[in-house]
Amino acid sequence: MAFDMSKRSSYFLISPMALIFAIFLVVPLLTIVIVSFWDYDEYRILPDFIFENYSYLLGSSVTWKIYLNTFKYAALTWGFTLLIGFTVAYFLAFHVRSLTWQIVLFMVCTIPFWTSNIIRMISWIPFLGRNGLLNSALMGLGIVDQPLEFLLFSDFAVVLADVHLYTLFMVVPIFNSMMRIDRSLIEAARDAGASGFETLRQVIVPLSKPGIAIGSIFVITVVMGDFITVRLMSGGQSASVGLQISNEIGVLQYPAAAASAVVLLITVLLIVTALLRMVDIRKEL
Amino acid sequence: MTTDTSKSTAKSTKNLLSAKEVTRRGFVKGAAVTAGVAIGSGAITGFPTIWAQNIKNVTLRQFGTGVSNINAVADKVKEDLGFTLQMTALDSDAVAQRAVTQPKSFDIADIEYWICKKVFPAGTMQPMDTTKLKNYDAISKLFITGKLTPDSEIAQGTAPHTVGFVESADSVDFASAPTQWMTLIPTIYNADTLGIRPDLINRPIDSWSELLNPEFKGKASILNIPSIGIMDAAMVCEASGLVTYGDKGNMTKDEIDKTIAVMIEAKNAGQFRAFWKSFDESVNLMASGEVVIQSMWSPAVAAVRSKGIACKYQPLKEGYRAWGGGIGLAKHLSGLELEAAYEYIDWYLSGWVGAYLNRQGYYSAAPATAQKFMSEDEWGFWMEGKAAAGDILSPDGKVMEKAGAVRDGGSYEERMGSVACWNSVMDENKHMIRKWNEFIAA
Repeated sequence: MAFDMSKRSSYFLISPMALIFAIFLVVPLLTIVIVSFWDYDEYRILPDFIFENYSYLLGSSVTWKIYLNTFKYAALTWGFTLLIGFTVAYFLAFHVRSLTWQIVLFMVCTIPFWTSNIIRMISWIPFLGRNGLLNSALMGLGIVDQPLEFLLFSDFAVVLADVHLYTLFMVVPIFNSMMRIDRSLIEAARDAGASGFETLRQVIVPLSKPGIAIGSIFVITVVMGDFITVRLMSGGQSASVGLQISNEIGVLQYPAAAASAVVLLITVLLIVTALLRMVDIRKEL
Repeated sequence: MTTDTSKSTAKSTKNLLSAKEVTRRGFVKGAAVTAGVAIGSGAITGFPTIWAQNIKNVTLRQFGTGVSNINAVADKVKEDLGFTLQMTALDSDAVAQRAVTQPKSFDIADIEYWICKKVFPAGTMQPMDTTKLKNYDAISKLFITGKLTPDSEIAQGTAPHTVGFVESADSVDFASAPTQWMTLIPTIYNADTLGIRPDLINRPIDSWSELLNPEFKGKASILNIPSIGIMDAAMVCEASGLVTYGDKGNMTKDEIDKTIAVMIEAKNAGQFRAFWKSFDESVNLMASGEVVIQSMWSPAVAAVRSKGIACKYQPLKEGYRAWGGGIGLAKHLSGLELEAAYEYIDWYLSGWVGAYLNRQGYYSAAPATAQKFMSEDEWGFWMEGKAAAGDILSPDGKVMEKAGAVRDGGSYEERMGSVACWNSVMDENKHMIRKWNEFIAA
């Protein structure tokens, strides 16, 4: 009886959360899935059950190109944010000794987040442009005699902005994991004769894995779904899956956009599942 | 980015206002009923008084693209007509979306004719009875018959007169000849061409084909709004002799494929520096020197020039790509609000707004009424292609052109008379948009 009561009360306690999830996550998702099978013309969506949206999407070489491009951005951004994020977290966790300074420096890392994402992105444009600050400086110093065109409206610019925007998402969870590493393990490694690099490779990296996995999930999911960075930094010349969806919505092709969204969702879920298979992030929670 | 911010502010203001609006509208409806009762009881003489008082309580919500959503117009409406006009500015995609999917969210739609072709058949708007409009006859024949002068040729594309009328009050089928039922009252239109930086090009440009000239490799741009961009692309391909078209405004699948193939080849060869989607982007690309030749809109050229940077709205021998917009009524309008909307639309054609738009470099749909509100010098510069006698000021008083300047492209007849094609929606729209996405992804 008592068992029943507690079971009932726990169902009761989780019901608000379950309700919120149902209304704001499950229902919209189901709607998207349903609409992805509908038909459309220039100005209407027509209830139907067709596979045309999917067959066009999966059969078109454009889709494959766009996915390839999006994966490229995600992989490059992931690689750079991991490298920078890990280094920063390592410095904060192991080189800064006092807790006060750790907190101060950690706050410094978050300062850019006090302004909007888009402002931080846009500020690159006058800096990297043909007549921008960087090109003027390089030409003024005589390092180059022609402005470097690849700096702006290119893949370089997109990845640069992504890395700039999302590195902190990598720093925070990795720093968190590192702070939990028992310092005596590192002393033990040193006592056992491990060099600094060996300690890093065999002690710190394995123990930071949950943080790395969480950071990777953040960065990869954000970059896979991004459209505004790609549009602004590539000057509209490159496409990503998110941008494709945004374009389709723009021209009232909701069913096509829904189908793209479903495919993207499945892709990202597969990536996340794979990451979770490799690392047990429950240790972190 | 300024558009984005202004957009969101506009939206939030709207949300704040909507709560108030409910009661206000309830009141207006009640008032309309009272008016009806008054007529019914034979007190017809009392009606105008009731109406005149109540119209002050009407709020009309208008939404549309930024070009004609001008606060000065709302202020003037309050002054001249007494009721409140709320404006929301959105980009053309959002306008089309909202008109179809949120029909109750607006009273007046300010949309372009090619959007009208997509939106009107959805049945969220109602046609206007032209007999209720005093200034109907002042509307330029371009919007009635498609011919600026009796002997001009009708341009390709979604020419406004082809979607300007429907068969009857409750029809959504476009009429082939003028009827009593107009879908949109034309308000604003212009002829678009390429913008160039004459200081960086240093030679005359006279053809659309120059956009793909390898001389401007990495310094060209085209706008990335598929229905308009494809038209610019077609003007370029036709001018270069690479593709021939039956009707650029309604291409066949084959013509679309060929056009996109040419554009993809140019893109892969590095011809384009960027593609732009918003007005501000086009201004920034040109002003910063990233781009020296690109598709452009007239006020964007003015915006670049106002920064002291040379920019020319280059007339080209193949002609202009034209666009036009108008205002139409939401389906749900009735009673006093509908009367107010008619009042507003008639007022729109009566000249003040026309003069305002002319001074921005657009054209008024009723030029004759606008002339009354412009000085002779202003009329000469904007409409007749004459050299300005004094400085030409923008509506808010800034110097736009110095004395002696002549408008790029010349007079109204020269510019609107050499329209090659109107912005349009094609029968193969779905295919076109897919191909356009291929171009962007290439």
